[in-house]
Parts: sequence; C-alpha cells; structure tokens
Amino acid sequence: MSIKGKAYIAGVYEHPTRHAPDKSVAQLHAECARGALADAGLTKDDVDGYFCAGDAPGGPMAMADYMGLKVRHLDGTDSGGCSYIIHLGHAAEAIAAGRCSVALITLAGKPRTGGAPPRASGPEVDFEAAYGATTHNIYAMCALRHMHEFGTTSEQLAWVKVAASHHAQYNPHAMLRDVVTVEDVINSPLIADPLHRLDCCVVSDGGGAVIVTTPEIARSLKRPLVRLIGAGEALKGPRGGKSLDLTYSAAVWSAPPAFAEAGVTPKDIKYASIYDSFTITVVMQIEDLGFCKKGEGGKFVADGNLISGVGKLPWNTDGGGLCSNHPVNRGGMTKIIEAVRQLRGEAHPKVQVPNCDLALVHGTGGLLGVRHGASTAILERA
Amino acid sequence: MSDKPTYPAPQGNAETKPFWDAATQGKLLIKRCLSCKEPHYFPRSICPFCFSDATVWEESAGEGEIYTFSVMRKSPTGPYAIGYVTLKEGPSLLTNFVDCDLMGLKIGQKVKVVFKPTDGAPLPFFTPVT
Repeated sequence: MSIKGKAYIAGVYEHPTRHAPDKSVAQLHAECARGALADAGLTKDDVDGYFCAGDAPGGPMAMADYMGLKVRHLDGTDSGGCSYIIHLGHAAEAIAAGRCSVALITLAGKPRTGGAPPRASGPEVDFEAAYGATTHNIYAMCALRHMHEFGTTSEQLAWVKVAASHHAQYNPHAMLRDVVTVEDVINSPLIADPLHRLDCCVVSDGGGAVIVTTPEIARSLKRPLVRLIGAGEALKGPRGGKSLDLTYSAAVWSAPPAFAEAGVTPKDIKYASIYDSFTITVVMQIEDLGFCKKGEGGKFVADGNLISGVGKLPWNTDGGGLCSNHPVNRGGMTKIIEAVRQLRGEAHPKVQVPNCDLALVHGTGGLLGVRHGASTAILERA
Repeated sequence: MSDKPTYPAPQGNAETKPFWDAATQGKLLIKRCLSCKEPHYFPRSICPFCFSDATVWEESAGEGEIYTFSVMRKSPTGPYAIGYVTLKEGPSLLTNFVDCDLMGLKIGQKVKVVFKPTDGAPLPFFTPVT
C-alpha cells in the first residue's frame, strides 16, 4: 500500500516564541496544537489521531489527556529531531488505513529556560556515556572525517550558515537576523574542532504542530492543498563497530523509497527543508539525498547555492535551525512547516520560490556520528 | 585551572560483567562470534551480524588507529578529545584520547588503550603510541 496522495497537510503552526520562561512545556504543546487547528479551520474535537515524541511530557497518552483529545490512534515514535517527519509518514499510513482522519502532531519544549529532556540511553550507555559525547563534538567528528576523505573545507561549511542568514533576515521571529559572511563563520570561536560557533544551530524555546488529514476533509477546508506523496525512514548506528563510516547518514536509506513512492527525483525538487543542526549535517544530507555525488556536498553548498533566488537549491527559507528556530533541539517540525509555507505560496516574498509545487523535507535525529534516525518526505501542491 | 575530569562508574549488568571484571585487570575485551567469525564492540551476547548466540570474549591487543576525533573546547573541566579508534581486530569504538597534546592528534595516528579509574570499574581510554 502506498501513502501517495492519501494524506494532506491541512494545518501548520510555528510558535512565534523563542524564549518562554513563563510557560510550561505541556502548555506550549497545546498552544501549538491550537495554532495548527486554527490554521486548518478545524477544532480539537475533530482530532482523532495524535502523534508526539520524546519532548512531550508523559508521552502521547498523558499529552492527549492534558489537551482533552479523544483519539482512536496514538503514536509516540521517538527518533530525535526527525520524529515529526516520521510522524508525517505514519499519520499518512494511519489515514490511508482508516485508523484516523485528522491527525495532530506536536513538538514543544524550552531548552533555553527549562533545560532539554535527557537523551534516553540504551544498552550502549556504559560504553559511551563517560566520553562526553555532545551534539557538537559528535557532528564535529563527522565533519573532520568528511574533510579528511573528500577535502571539504570550513569555508564550504560556512556557506550553509551564510545561506541561512540570508533567509533569516526576512523572518521577524528568527533569533539571528544579521547576514553573516564566510569569514564571520570561520572566525567565530571553535566549539568542537572543526566546528565553529556559527556552524552550530540556535537553542530556542518554542514548538510547532501539524494537522494531517484525508483528501476529502482537506478539500472541504479553505487552505491551499498540500499533500504527502512519498515518505521514508531509516536508522544508522555503529552496529558493533564494523566498517565504521561517518561520512554518510541514514538518508541514503530513507530518501530512495520516498522518491520512488513519489515518482520524482532530486532534480524535480523546487524547495528543500533539510535539518541544519550543524552546517556539516546539511552537506552530508544533500549528498545522501542525491542532490550531488558523495563528497561533493561542500562544493554544492558553496557560492550561495542554497540561497533562494540565487542558487540552484532554495533551502530552509525561514532561516532554519542555524538562524531562526530550533525548539527542543529537534529540527524536524519547523522543516515541515516552512515547506508547507513554500507550497502554499505563503513564505516571505523575498524567499518565496516561484511556482513552488514540489518540496522535500528531510531530517536526522539523535547523534549523526553515533546512532541516528532519518526521515524523508516529499510534499506536493495539489 | 579547571578541575580534572571525573568519569561516571559503569553500572554493568549480567551481560557485560566479564568486560568490567577484565577492565579491573587492565584488559580490553571484545566479543567474537564463533558462527560468522566477526568481532564486535560494545559487547553483546547475541551477534549483531548473524544473530547467533555463539559469541565469546576475546582479549584485544588494545592497539588501533584514530578514525576521527574532535577536541571539545566548551567544557567546564577543560578541553577533551572524543573520537573513534579502529582496533587492530577490526571493530571501532568511541573513546577519549588522553595523556597527550590534544592539538597534535591526527586521523590515522596509532594509539593504545589506557584504563582510567572511576568509582567502579576502570574505563578504557586511548593514548598515542610514541
């Protein structure tokens, strides 16, 4: 069974806050849910499927009860920051199978003012936890190996941040709205060699929500029609330490089934939301998604090629996690939301891609250089 | 000066107890599957490659080379170097590089195991071979 065209994104909402000392995490989830329902033109009582991940206090059961939802389908799949893109595919499966008709996906949290929820540890904990793995140094290890094998440079990585900053200048909610140069990035302090401060995304409070529904319900609403036509998910880890290769991500497995299901290729994509936890994350994923050959991601992103209206792949036109928003250190939700804005023609006019009718959303979750998930979704304007 | 890093004691469990017992003797153990012959790390009772339960403990020479690393600058206990070592026996493992000039580390550099104390069993770290 294919999910192609069987589920539509009827509502999206990105919380405008980036700093929420006076709110609870559950409250932020509910505010995002309200926002997405209002965007769709639906009400809480229309929701019969609920999806959330590790950022949701108490998981799907507790949060569904908190919000007063009466649902017949629950999914608490957690794969870090890409969970919400996975939820998009899972919601489409549930809708196609008749398990629900209005699916709500929420993300929210406040790592700036309340601390991030601890990362769950698995059977590896005694063999890894003591070594001080953080997101910074784990992604940095990928960057160093990528540089070693392919000659990727810090300047090339910096172009990713430069592109994000060009887009963020038009986003009034973005945390960092100043346009930066390659020199600004490589002259910012080293955090974890070879990644500099400006190679890293922001830390923000906030959240977002998405409403996925049936074609019939979507057509009954007043919003532009955006549908899911392909989805894939995958995971990658050291797997016993055999043939370790940190130069590629699980996108090499999540992307092909998504493209195949959609019946499109990377060349057809007009806009891409690609999770930008760090600059290296984008370079590796662009290769793994098939936008260029392995090892050529550095060249691909250089010279403004990710800047809307300038380069060949308009990307993260809201400013992404690098400049705008990165709620709960989980970037998947905001990637979906900006792709929907682009497909609706509701992105900022300065970054709106003309005739944007096909978009890719992709993210990783967990730690790229240890074990991580990946999810790819292809969205189309109907 | 920053405080010296302290390392959390491994909690251990029934499956990994022999590893930590050997660590107290200064020995680094890996697991090998008698069915598919593949070694792996961190140790499991069931082989992650062929799913056989015929896995046995094997002492590693504790020698290998640096696959990749990163020097973490933002740390209350001072910079530290996390990285992967590929052991001579084959498996790669996550570790820290210690007792060395962190700025002199290089991919491909030869390293050997050194154990550092915790409140429980000692933990394996690696240091460049001079």
